[in-house]
Amino acid sequence: MIIGTIVDGIVIDHIPAGRGMELYYYLNLDECQCEVAIIKNAVSGKYGRKDILKINEVLDIDYEILGFIDPRITVNIIKDGVRIRKIHPTLPERITGVIKCKNPRCITSVEQELQHVFKLADREKGIYRCVYCETKAEI
Amino acid sequence: MKRDLIDIRDLTPEEIDCLIERAEDIIASPEAYREKCRGKKLATLFYEPSTRTRLSFEAAMYELGGNVLGFSEAQSSSAAKGESVADTVRTVSCFADIIAMRHPKEGAPFVAAQNASVPVINAGDGGHSHPTQTLTDLLTIKREKGRLGNITVGCCGDLKFGRTVHSLIGALTRYENVDFILISPEELTLPEHVKSDILLKSRARFEETASLEYAMPKLDILYMTRVQRERFFNEADYIRLKDSYILTPEKLAGAKSDLSILHPLPRVNEISVQVDSDPRACYFRQVLNGKYIRMALIMMLLELL
Repeated sequence: MIIGTIVDGIVIDHIPAGRGMELYYYLNLDECQCEVAIIKNAVSGKYGRKDILKINEVLDIDYEILGFIDPRITVNIIKDGVRIRKIHPTLPERITGVIKCKNPRCITSVEQELQHVFKLADREKGIYRCVYCETKAEI
Repeated sequence: MKRDLIDIRDLTPEEIDCLIERAEDIIASPEAYREKCRGKKLATLFYEPSTRTRLSFEAAMYELGGNVLGFSEAQSSSAAKGESVADTVRTVSCFADIIAMRHPKEGAPFVAAQNASVPVINAGDGGHSHPTQTLTDLLTIKREKGRLGNITVGCCGDLKFGRTVHSLIGALTRYENVDFILISPEELTLPEHVKSDILLKSRARFEETASLEYAMPKLDILYMTRVQRERFFNEADYIRLKDSYILTPEKLAGAKSDLSILHPLPRVNEISVQVDSDPRACYFRQVLNGKYIRMALIMMLLELL
């Protein structure tokens, strides 16, 4: 399978196999007008299989959420066909407006205008908890 | 900058000690505090029913010479018309100097604290947090035992969903030589995250058992909670286990003579009324302590100490 080389854009690599589509929506790529290629189940020397997202434009992306989804994900910024930057996203202290609290007893379940905010509770285990009810974040 | 109390972890151990000390001073010399909150108003915003907590806050404010306004059910406030917590507390901040809020939704007092211009006290938010109950429990242990360290605490009943137990364990691990015996049916044991985040992290000694009789002789404190029918997946398990966690004079046979029995109340049937006359039953003294520690807390948050 051949996907064209990117001249100016972003390649999000080492996405756990099967989660590329999920990431596509988390990054709101469905709302952008540029070309996006989602490559599923690509062969990976390190992980066996992986997904890759290729975005044909350098967008302002919230990279921090990537660390939460999987710390192995890497982001490559391409300029004039050359990788100018490689980012290893780290776990952000807070995640705002990306994931929703699933606790039906949480205040966010009844007050729709409240932003869903999670804070990093355990860096070692990558555990985030809702700032309102402390329920563990689940994707 | 204003201070709020949303979770017991908002207070440092030193501040908790200070509050306990102040509450004991109030008990010793109540007349010295009768004018402390003259001209101040406490708003009690209770979105669900409460007997002890609401009346305790109101009595605390009156005994400090202050006044109280508020509502005791969501239906008698604009919440019934769909007003948000944020808008309600912005409004109440215009009328009161401090707010105590109980809400069935977890995190509502946190939202209130972010939007109110006056201090907010969490008076219980669903199954999440109830910090003034924990302060009440700590004051009771201090008054009954004369210390908060060097004790063996038995927590009995529903340890899985019991918010008061989680928060009390968290608060007590800050003191030296506090051992825990966790007494519950297998279905209602302490959640793993409480064990790993609190007990293991603080290196507290603890053991788990399903037998109240086994634990009884070792205990200095017995903290009872209710095993609720709705927590079980099937009726047969509930019926099989419910009597094991009902405290009766017979079950107290092997207990120490200076055991202190605590319960956050309300009880349904988990402590037999026959136990009430036992001098080791502290739960009604615990209720009274709740008023004193809330007096100390109101003064602290209003910076009147």
